[in-house]
Amino acid sequence: MNTLRHGSRARLAAVGFVASGAMLLAGCGASNESAPAAGGASSSAAAEASGTIARAGATSQQAAMEAWIAGFSSVAPDATVNYDPTGSGAGRTQFTAGAVQFAGSDAALDEEELPTAQQVCGGADNVIQMPLYISPIAVIFNLEGIQTLNLAPGTVARIFNRQITTWNDPAIAADNPGVALPATPITPVNRSDESGTTENFTEYLAAAAGADWPHEPDGVWPVQGGEAAQGTSGVVGAVGGGQGTIGYADESQAGDLGQVHVRVGSAFVGPTPEAAAAVVEASPRVTGQGQYNFAVELDRDTTASGAYPVVLVSYTIACTQYSDAAVADTVHAFLNYMASDEGQQAASSNAGNAPISDSQRSAFQPAIDAIAAAG
Amino acid sequence: MSTETSPGPAPAGAAAPPSTKPVVQAGDRIFSGLAKGAGILILVVLAGVAAFLIVQAAPAFFAPAEDIPGGAGFLAYVGPLIFGTLLAALIALLIATPLAVAVALFITHYAPRRLAQGLGYLVDLLAAVPSIIYGLWGAGTLAVAAVPLMQWLERYLGWIPFFAGPASVTGRTMLVAGLVLAVMILPIITAVSREVFLQTPKLHEEAALALGATRWEMIRMAVLPFGRSGIISGAMLGLGRALGETMAVAIVLSVSGGITFNLISNGNPSTIAANIALQFPEASGLTVNVLIASGLVLFLITLAVNSIARYIVNRRREFSGAN
Amino acid sequence: MSIDTTQRERADQIPPIPSGLEERGQLPRWAMPGALAASAVVVGVVFAIIGFNVGLWVVLTAVLYAVGLYAWSRAVEGRRKATDRLVTIIVSGAFILALIPLVSVVVTVIGQGIARFDPEFFTSSMRGVVGEGGGAYHAIIGTLIITALAALMSIPVGLLTAVYLVEYGKGRLARAITFFVDVMTGIPSIVAGLFAVALFAIIVGPGARFGFAGSVALSVLMIPVVVRATEEMLKIVPNELREASYALGVTKWRTILKVVIPTSIAGIASGITLAIARVIGETAPLLVAVGLTTAVNFNPFDGRMATLPVFSYLSYATPGVPREPYLERAWTAALVLIIIVMVLNLLARLIARVFAPKTR
Repeated sequence: MNTLRHGSRARLAAVGFVASGAMLLAGCGASNESAPAAGGASSSAAAEASGTIARAGATSQQAAMEAWIAGFSSVAPDATVNYDPTGSGAGRTQFTAGAVQFAGSDAALDEEELPTAQQVCGGADNVIQMPLYISPIAVIFNLEGIQTLNLAPGTVARIFNRQITTWNDPAIAADNPGVALPATPITPVNRSDESGTTENFTEYLAAAAGADWPHEPDGVWPVQGGEAAQGTSGVVGAVGGGQGTIGYADESQAGDLGQVHVRVGSAFVGPTPEAAAAVVEASPRVTGQGQYNFAVELDRDTTASGAYPVVLVSYTIACTQYSDAAVADTVHAFLNYMASDEGQQAASSNAGNAPISDSQRSAFQPAIDAIAAAG
Repeated sequence: MSTETSPGPAPAGAAAPPSTKPVVQAGDRIFSGLAKGAGILILVVLAGVAAFLIVQAAPAFFAPAEDIPGGAGFLAYVGPLIFGTLLAALIALLIATPLAVAVALFITHYAPRRLAQGLGYLVDLLAAVPSIIYGLWGAGTLAVAAVPLMQWLERYLGWIPFFAGPASVTGRTMLVAGLVLAVMILPIITAVSREVFLQTPKLHEEAALALGATRWEMIRMAVLPFGRSGIISGAMLGLGRALGETMAVAIVLSVSGGITFNLISNGNPSTIAANIALQFPEASGLTVNVLIASGLVLFLITLAVNSIARYIVNRRREFSGAN
Repeated sequence: MSIDTTQRERADQIPPIPSGLEERGQLPRWAMPGALAASAVVVGVVFAIIGFNVGLWVVLTAVLYAVGLYAWSRAVEGRRKATDRLVTIIVSGAFILALIPLVSVVVTVIGQGIARFDPEFFTSSMRGVVGEGGGAYHAIIGTLIITALAALMSIPVGLLTAVYLVEYGKGRLARAITFFVDVMTGIPSIVAGLFAVALFAIIVGPGARFGFAGSVALSVLMIPVVVRATEEMLKIVPNELREASYALGVTKWRTILKVVIPTSIAGIASGITLAIARVIGETAPLLVAVGLTTAVNFNPFDGRMATLPVFSYLSYATPGVPREPYLERAWTAALVLIIIVMVLNLLARLIARVFAPKTR
């Protein structure tokens, strides 16, 4: 009997130990989450926003969303914005199911999703789609001693379609006089996951390279048998890890890898934020899908000078009406912050994306201002 | 959910001194009822999961072939994935099982007794590493280190179809993915085998030694026959993890090919779980249904593998203590 | 009894045991280190001529050592002793081989994760943080709460089910449970997450994201592992113990609680730790079912929570510019996750020791 009692006492002690540990943890909040200090922008309308809103969608926007959410928390300290980077498809699905208040997506709502979204938002003109995240996609490579190469769209297409297999191919040499190209075999690296980056890149190849790229634009890489890696980080890692590799990734993550300048018209243009913003501005808007739908049909084979057509455009999708006033205020304040010059600069410095132009901002503003509580 | 099945002190409190017989029988009934209830709860949960899976997967089976990604129907889509899943898991199992048994034997029967527990803890540590870390380690460290090995394999053993090449320059191949999986399941198999080996009846071991058997003969005659069902059980637990492993494979493996036995090139078939992780985030519409249907297939594969293992274990039931 | 049969089968092969060992000689005590050193030197000399390679040198040394010692022992001590020595070398070699990836992984994680292993990492969340600084306090809390809830649901259910299967289960229900537990081990982790989302969409409506949903998803993954591991440990408890207990008039359920489970408690604890280790690092189901937030949230029934694996994965997969602070946070989060499981492992062993019968 004695041992029995001893056993149960030890058991109690163990339980107590675990419980007290849990309480110790529960006792304190995070040191950076002390009560919000009054001041700063407290007089603006945004500061009064106090709702909790949730957004789901594209992983491509995650770094920018971090900056937006962090910046917004100093503008509107009482509001909470959460972002689940579960992917564009999940974001659109959850938005049309009413599970999140707004979504981020690398692709605009398609013909099947748009009517559902319009129904959720309560009217054909109530769906907002704005390209608030624009990022240049760099064609990156790893060749010792070479930092930039000039390539025509057709050459890029044939490299990724594995018809050009060594770096000293005449097609590459023709556009790069004076560059000592090695005879290294080319290892093209593509994304192994379905992604907006792949979709935008293949769209560019299909539009600009014509006959040299026989595949349909798709979020899944169409050429089999190459090196494939997960996500932007994976592609950058694989390109950096091998010799003679070439891949495509967000320009901001390219690091010190070599970057391709692609031919646009008669000049070769590098992936800069300004050049990426220029092509979006020059592209026509999709018509007939509601007054606040700013989805664009990207002009991939543009010949406009200074435009870089290999870009990723990621949309912010929201409604103009929300039944809850606090939610409507918060969505309005947050989108206002995202589109503002301050917000775009904050995102750009953390994610390396291209800030939208002033003329785009003034085009989007009526849509943002239309957000209000229903009824 | 958990309230009805909590094993809490309720039956213990209900039990009066053992002399009053009816009360004790009530405790017995409560306890066996609880145990049975837990089992039934599992069936209910599984029925829920199964219903969810089937409802979500059904559209993929009835959709016209050209709507399935790849345009050749569901079977053509899932075929290479099944192949990749089995191949990666098989490599992992072939490498990990003998190694794990040896490690478990070392800990239980070779290492000095004082060291043994610490060593066991060390191997358990491997099980504590989250799969993302294995993925990053596999792609960043192991793959790079394996490049010369694979070039050597291509040069000298290239006549074997497994090593036909061309060897990948980044090392992110099926062979490396299998190795990473082997490292991941090693601690699982080791832990189960170790615990079973420790339970070998001391009498059997001492009898063998008393007859003059060497240590290895004692292990072969007393420990391994007793532990066989445990080893198989551990291997199956490990295999379950290898079949279902998501993130590590997604990060390590360069997936861009169809069915191939070539283990060292950069065109490899994907595995079902990794493919779901890679394609699900951006998927919408029918593709989601197809991915979940492929999950259902993984379900069936695991089931088949486990049934075979059960069959093997049950044939050797005589070593179980509770029969 | 197994020994009897095996022994009989082998009787014709093995020489009479007492004489077998006495008549032969024995290798000197320095035989093993000596042979090892000799192998290393021989292989080293060969390599000095044809070019050096550390990996190949170690491998060839081991092979030469095994073959050499076997031959020597066989000549001096006979076949049985030689085989025993060979197996000892193979088993020890396998153990060292298994330690290599462990050391490599641990060195990698510590090397990369130590940079941000500072007080700020454990006291700050990511709310309002861009770029440098910030911490994973919110993610640590989230992981602890969600995993604890999952364990709270899975361990009793799994343990009781295993008890049912081993002690009570006869007939079709037990067979069905065994069968379906096997099926459950095959659920892909993201499917468990989607299932939890669908379940709570029915109960509380769409868009419900909270910690408990993640716990349910993890439980679906954890229960079968607990059952399989525990079942195996209960099975090997000798029947003699049960029968002795029954003979003393102890009822079945008290026998199970006081004899069967304490006898196998070390194995059960080890199995449960494995199960927790299996689910605590899950990413996809948690991201789907729990969502993500940058602030601390203590309530698992309301609002999104961050978890360490999700935090680590996203910091790695979608870093900002510059990348370094993100990658450092990712590795440190991974290091913290490993430490948590280590502590849990220690705790489980401690508890097992308290409950285990003091026989040996």
